[in-house]
Amino acid sequence: MALQTKVTRNSGVRLFLQTVIGRAYPRVIGSQRDPAWLFFDIFLPFLTMVGYVYIYRALKAPEEYIGFVVLGSAMTAYWINILWSMSSQLFWEKENGNLALYVMSPTSLMAILFGMASGGLFSTTIRALVILVLGNLLFHVNYIITSFWALFLVFVLTMVALYGLGMMLSSLFMLFNREAFHFANLLEAPVMLFSGFYFPVSAFNFWVAAAASIIPLTLGMDAIRQLVFPSTAQLGFLPVKLELIILVILSVVFLGGAFFSLRRMERLAIKQGRITDRLG
Amino acid sequence: MFAVETEALGRIYKIKKTRKEAAHTLVALDNVNLSVNHGELFGLLGPNGAGKTTLIKVLTTLLAPSSGCARVNGWDVARQPEEIRRQINMVSGGETSGYGLLTVRENLWMFTQFYGIPSKQANERIMELLKIVGLEDRANTKSSNLSTGLRQKMNIVRGFMTDPTVLFLDEPTLGLDVGAARDVRRFVRQWVDEDPTRTLLLTTHYMVEAEEMCDRVAIINQGKILACDTPQNLKQGLRSEGIYSLELSALDPADFEELKGIDGFRQGTLTQIESGAELELVLSDDSVLANLLSFLTARGSRIITLHKREATLEDVFINLVGKSMKDIENGAPD
Repeated sequence: MALQTKVTRNSGVRLFLQTVIGRAYPRVIGSQRDPAWLFFDIFLPFLTMVGYVYIYRALKAPEEYIGFVVLGSAMTAYWINILWSMSSQLFWEKENGNLALYVMSPTSLMAILFGMASGGLFSTTIRALVILVLGNLLFHVNYIITSFWALFLVFVLTMVALYGLGMMLSSLFMLFNREAFHFANLLEAPVMLFSGFYFPVSAFNFWVAAAASIIPLTLGMDAIRQLVFPSTAQLGFLPVKLELIILVILSVVFLGGAFFSLRRMERLAIKQGRITDRLG
Repeated sequence: MFAVETEALGRIYKIKKTRKEAAHTLVALDNVNLSVNHGELFGLLGPNGAGKTTLIKVLTTLLAPSSGCARVNGWDVARQPEEIRRQINMVSGGETSGYGLLTVRENLWMFTQFYGIPSKQANERIMELLKIVGLEDRANTKSSNLSTGLRQKMNIVRGFMTDPTVLFLDEPTLGLDVGAARDVRRFVRQWVDEDPTRTLLLTTHYMVEAEEMCDRVAIINQGKILACDTPQNLKQGLRSEGIYSLELSALDPADFEELKGIDGFRQGTLTQIESGAELELVLSDDSVLANLLSFLTARGSRIITLHKREATLEDVFINLVGKSMKDIENGAPD
């Protein structure tokens, strides 16, 4: 019964990349296997989108506002993913016993989080694209892209900063117990309001919009709107260039924060016995 | 250098049930001194809550010691966890790790990636191990569709897949049927025997498992190591005693307490069963039996069966602790 297959092990960057791919796999492949996502991630957000579109139509708002709603609905998927599949994920991993196996393995938790983030980003992008395409088909949104590269850069930076925030929150949530669930619930609606998912954030006064800018989606969506609906550029909160700079800063702060908070939380969890809660 | 070594290891949990309540402490490990040799299959035997899992958690770098130190392959668990993590793996009984939407093969592959094993090698080894544990026909079944026993087999494959030099198995046969548990025990024993650099630390509360598989066994209760030796030597200590199993028509617990006062009574446990009562006794020697039987007859307790038997690890445990593991798990008073 001796094992015939000998195994070798990579370390360093290769181990890091293998971990990222390994942990992304359940999100890229596994999460598509449960058809419930079509209902919860597509149909329900789609209904919300339709609701907002008809409010704007009833108010006879400019057609660009319909575009705001369609775009905002697509971006909502990322925020939901950050809250429920990034921030609270390490807590759930602890509950089902995976966290102990991650910590005990020679890989880094940062690589695990990168895997979760990249897998989540991939599957959420599919959901966002479906919503975007459906919205466009139904409501004939007219996009005029002023700069493709600026748009691409804004999107990438928004995602880097947003998933960096998710990674940072996940290490903080790891030490919470059931409160993690409540905290995620608590953050969901206010952020959707203050980040201006369905209307320009400049509708708030400057300080409210500035405070809301801590969530990268606020500035990201504002910049995207300015770049794809140039006729409404005057509704933008800040110039796109400035928003790009702030997004770079947020990316660095959140990714750095994720790295340090994860290390600290891991140490604390090991000290306090919170990697697993079972006593024995 | 030992594969596993602990010196005066202690772990205290601070427990707070509600926010308002003051924290109280629970001593999970108390001055634990152990050394496990390379190539050894070492068993930790104790009831639920004895500290076995806590000790495993410390050794697998998941929990920091409160006092003392622990080393795995010479590396300190608190100061050099990264070195240890390259060399170990762990499987717990009843664990629900992995993702239900992934197949058995996919789940196992995912875990190999966290150890840096190239995919080709990983897939070959997965199939080889699945074949050994009789799970190859379920390789493409979603893990959420597996029964508890099959899931545990998958977990066991996960543990062996990475070629650890020290493997920790925490109640590995929990939830397995008799046949599957036997297969797992056989495989585990062979895995250790194949290569003298492999070490396996097993926790169990199944006496037979410890007796059958382990080179040495440490008996643990309330966080303390009470004895540590080969199963044979542990039982040898009881050789001069008379060990008896009795089935009685009935025996009142109060009478049992009185029975403990008989000269030469060492340890005993009483279990009420449907047809009466079962009595397990350790007597200082066989001559005590006559007095004991007279006592039982005087209390109107009819003896249905009486066996003199060889000592088991259960008897060793009872002799050390004064109660059976079952009694401790059921919360029998001291």
